[in-house]
Amino acid sequence: MELVCPAGTPAAFRTAVEAGADAVYCGFRDETNARNFPGLNFSRDELAHAVAFARTRHVKTLVAINTFPRAGNLGLWRAAVDDAVRCGADALILADIGLLDYAARVHAGQRLHLSVQAAAANPEAIAFYVETFGVKRVVLPRVLSVAEIASVASAVACEVEAFVFGGLCVMAEGSCLLSSYVTGLSPNMNGVCSPASHVAYRQEGEETVSRLGRFTINRFGPHETAAYPTICKGRFRSAVSNGYLFEEPSSLDAAELVAALRSAGVTALKIEGRQRGRAYVNRVVRAFREALSVLDDGRTVDLQSLNTLTEGNKSTTGAYHKTWR
Amino acid sequence: MKLTLGPTLFNWPPAKWQDFYFRIADEAPVDAVAIGEVVCSKRIPLLADRVPAVVDRLARAGKEVLLSSLALVTQARERKSTIDLAESEHMIVEANDMSCLARLAGRPHVIGPFINIYNEATAQFFSRRGAARICLPPELPMPSIAAIAKAVPDVVVEVLAFGRIPLAISARCYHARLYGLSKDNCQFVCVNDADGVVVDTLDGEGILAINGVQTLSHSAIDLIADLDELTSIGVGACRLSPLSCDMVAVAALFRAVLDGRLDGEEARGRLISIYPQVPHSNGFLHGRAGADWIDPLSPPRSAAGAADREGARPSAR
Repeated sequence: MELVCPAGTPAAFRTAVEAGADAVYCGFRDETNARNFPGLNFSRDELAHAVAFARTRHVKTLVAINTFPRAGNLGLWRAAVDDAVRCGADALILADIGLLDYAARVHAGQRLHLSVQAAAANPEAIAFYVETFGVKRVVLPRVLSVAEIASVASAVACEVEAFVFGGLCVMAEGSCLLSSYVTGLSPNMNGVCSPASHVAYRQEGEETVSRLGRFTINRFGPHETAAYPTICKGRFRSAVSNGYLFEEPSSLDAAELVAALRSAGVTALKIEGRQRGRAYVNRVVRAFREALSVLDDGRTVDLQSLNTLTEGNKSTTGAYHKTWR
Repeated sequence: MKLTLGPTLFNWPPAKWQDFYFRIADEAPVDAVAIGEVVCSKRIPLLADRVPAVVDRLARAGKEVLLSSLALVTQARERKSTIDLAESEHMIVEANDMSCLARLAGRPHVIGPFINIYNEATAQFFSRRGAARICLPPELPMPSIAAIAKAVPDVVVEVLAFGRIPLAISARCYHARLYGLSKDNCQFVCVNDADGVVVDTLDGEGILAINGVQTLSHSAIDLIADLDELTSIGVGACRLSPLSCDMVAVAALFRAVLDGRLDGEEARGRLISIYPQVPHSNGFLHGRAGADWIDPLSPPRSAAGAADREGARPSAR
């Protein structure tokens, strides 16, 4: 299985390559990718240098251009596609149908991956992208159990990539408007979820209140760590029950499922975290490199140490286990 | 401008569901009615034997009937029901997942709001493949809607103009989770909540609503005061999404404004009185937080947007 690793900066890119990535994914410093955070991402020159460095180590560079182009301003996204191809990207990770159409027509032969933001979750949907745009790999949305992944992988004519570690969207990707509803900034259009510009923490007596836009997302007691106010991991009230109605502050950790994912036909494992620093990239990539290299021996590696890198030190296998639903 | 009644998103008891559509057929001044289960495949069998009578009643009343497909298709039974729907050749299908697309190419169909069309290139792609109408994602701002409408003059461009806004869908059933149940053993508890379960912040402010695997806005989108501008930018249809209020009266209000018989502001007051339970919102259309209300007749600064902290727009916009 290919190990696909995140890089939010050229330094993290180098770290990922040196830690054992088979492929590194990154994006340009603008709204064309889904991690459009201040201080992150690559200029054209930085991408060209990264690609050249990766080549010397036989590592692939994947460029995420996976937001949905703004109507009336397609040029920014099309230029990102053109420039990524010119910089030598091994694959482009795209979600928007118009942009896939453009890339397939203008850059015939360029390898295209279908971003998780397209949320193609069944064989018929995936076949549409494969047959229409020549997509070579689908990144599966985090809505499928391992058994369902196996059924998808056996029925599609492309490679299958699945998330194994890092931030967890509990909603189907690419169709989540929660952040946009509260802040006006959207993962799909602006490449941000719960943007820091709209986050505030406030002390009220012993409680720390976290807010996003004009809404309170959580209140933490003196002995709790205040989590980042992502709406789907906030604490709320309803007439039926109160608390973490969607999901607790936690991250995906499917280390225990690496062998099962391989048996299911997954050809690439993706680590989330372009917004994370080099220490995270180094530790997580090395751990999964080790896990993959001993997998063939029938041994397993203890990846418990990665727990400290997850959100709130809490992890879940999410939809991979059917009981999560 | 035409009016479309969107599919009921909630788990209404079958008898109530059927009565609702019979009354719509007889009384509501809408041009098209979309029916079918969009949210949860477990609900499909509950209504199946009532669908033919509803389709027949609506068609006899002169309504164009659209069959809406599931928004998230993962399991074998969901794949099968979606394929079956896409193959119902005598009906117009509203596709909400890409799995329908191959089977619909070349014959008239509708692209529903759960398929991402954010720009003119994507809209043109669907137009070339035979889409007669596209209902856009609800977060699109006015300039995007205008650019799309201009680029596909042969396609009816539709926007959600009333109802709770679909914000997210998941593999997990949050409705079952509220009741301490799992999706596979949900006991159909969603039948208890005709407009979903209101989700409040810990400060008691309404923010969201849970409807099975779907998360909706707490507020009701309300574009009745924006209809003049929507018409002027080329929007061809407005979608009214059913809530448990007098939807016939809602449709009549929109029709009256579109026919020039009622002023938008006057209609807005009446619409609030028809569904007063929640705040009304139109922020998405105006490029703001979706939860906000922006008075179309005065600048955004004076409206609900002032309540949030963003004094200046983030540079990302």
